[in-house]
Amino acid sequence: MSLGTFLKSKLVPAELDQHINRIRKPIGTLGYDPWGFNADAVKYGFSLTKQIYEKYFRVSAHGVEKIPADGPVLIIANHSGQLPIDGLLIGYALASRKKDPRIPRAMIERFFPTVPWLGNLLNEVGAVLGDPVNCAKMLANDEAVIVFPEGVRGSGKLYHDRYELKRFGNGFMHLAMKYNAPIVPVGVVGCEETIPAIANIKPLAKALGIPYAPVALPVVFPAKVHLNFGDPMHFDDLEIPEEQVTERVEMVKAEINRLIDKGLSERKRLF
Amino acid sequence: MTQQRRPHILVTGAAGALAQKVISQLRDTCDLVAVDFREQVYLGDDIPSYRIDFTKRVFEDLFRRYQFDGVIHLGRIMSSELTRMRRYNANVLGTQKLLDLSHKYGIKRVVVLSTFHVYGAVAYNPALIDESAPLKSVGLSADLVDSVELENLANIYLWRYPDLNITILRPCNIVGPGVRNTMSTLLASERAPVLAGFSPMMQFIHIDDMSDAIVLAYNKPVRGVFNVAPQDWVAYQHALKLCGCRRIPIPSIPPAVPKFILNTLKLRSFPSYLMAFFKYPVVIDGRAFAREFDFEPKRPLMEIFRFYRDNKKPV
Repeated sequence: MSLGTFLKSKLVPAELDQHINRIRKPIGTLGYDPWGFNADAVKYGFSLTKQIYEKYFRVSAHGVEKIPADGPVLIIANHSGQLPIDGLLIGYALASRKKDPRIPRAMIERFFPTVPWLGNLLNEVGAVLGDPVNCAKMLANDEAVIVFPEGVRGSGKLYHDRYELKRFGNGFMHLAMKYNAPIVPVGVVGCEETIPAIANIKPLAKALGIPYAPVALPVVFPAKVHLNFGDPMHFDDLEIPEEQVTERVEMVKAEINRLIDKGLSERKRLF
Repeated sequence: MTQQRRPHILVTGAAGALAQKVISQLRDTCDLVAVDFREQVYLGDDIPSYRIDFTKRVFEDLFRRYQFDGVIHLGRIMSSELTRMRRYNANVLGTQKLLDLSHKYGIKRVVVLSTFHVYGAVAYNPALIDESAPLKSVGLSADLVDSVELENLANIYLWRYPDLNITILRPCNIVGPGVRNTMSTLLASERAPVLAGFSPMMQFIHIDDMSDAIVLAYNKPVRGVFNVAPQDWVAYQHALKLCGCRRIPIPSIPPAVPKFILNTLKLRSFPSYLMAFFKYPVVIDGRAFAREFDFEPKRPLMEIFRFYRDNKKPV
């Protein structure tokens, strides 16, 4: 038995292997898709995330069954916590659901592809450079796509701004309308407390070429995470002025705010 | 009874493996003339073959003598060959001369072979790039300027002289037996450099499939620019592994380090101006071509890699 097979037998139980194999993906003969998704890497990622999801963050997810079983869908959530842990947890929640699991794709910061190892790793488990062309082609491929319309404005947020939604970009709404993709809003509660940052050293971030350089303790706190999935929202594809698109975005934002409030009221304690 | 005249076709780049495949596919039905700037190749008694520089006046004599109906221009000098200046002369000025003559002598069909390199490997590239995407490679290196200029030129002639029926093909990495480009050399070698921590998605097309694509394109006069790539993808380092290559990692950050190393080593198979292509993906969308010309590649990736794995030791 080779080392690879041995590790696989230990890390990827047969049940998990079958679970992932059950999820159909448009991949090529060697298990890759154009964005670098790799079925084998996903199995390892899934196995590792299971521990983080269940043991470390003890995630409680409500309403994940509201995400349609097939067809294009945009999962829109609030972004927080310096690292894209929220994306990982939402992805796992959907991939691990018993009925009609799906492996969603997450749109990530433009800075990640330039980071050795990490960039490729993220691509292999389904993350994709956050480019509108990528998102459009994925929706055309009937994928479920996780988007954080706040972008770095959200993830780089400081602790005193927690649960305050930053400006949402309008791009996701245009894509949802064009591809007739329902929007499932998600309120994430708990990730703000995983890496609380008190300041952002902008000159350092600029020098290192990264989006932000937070002043925070070098630990990820095991805050309990609540994910609340809302009902799918449908928008028609009429030609409407940008102002009205923004109004639609605000509707989604208001729904996410409501879901966050719901999560905050459900939360008994931080950890 | 009048016998129908067989089409007369000029094929450039005849010394290359791809042109020879195309020639062998067309020779039964067409009268071919082969030219190459590098060497004169013997292709049998029925195919006149010349070593010729397109920018020289004698090139026109071929058009006068053979009355071509079509041109298949595969004679693009690759970025790994010659100097930048000579390459520019041959690729850009040579192609201009070729297209001017094609127009003057009433040619009805021109197929130009370009490359996916024109899109440029940039960190912010989306996947499945389609033909209308901007050509960013000029910003990467002056060594790729001639490839983009060749395309621009062909594009100008495409709309200025619609009668030429120009089709530009932008294939992904062409590999397989006899191919001598950078990627094929790497896959065939026992040890291949990689940039540590970077394994971009790549696409490979077998030389026989590419030859089929060119013949299909020639036979259906649809003007335009088309990507040619199979619907299959693999990460670069995985491809090397499947070809039985040992990977030699080169430190990749900060970016000046690998550039310095490659400039110092001057590896022909891993030139510094192509460095970005081993770092960031350029995944093209070949579906428009497949639809328009009813093209389906027949050789899967594993067959391509098996060839390289089984032929490590040159005979």
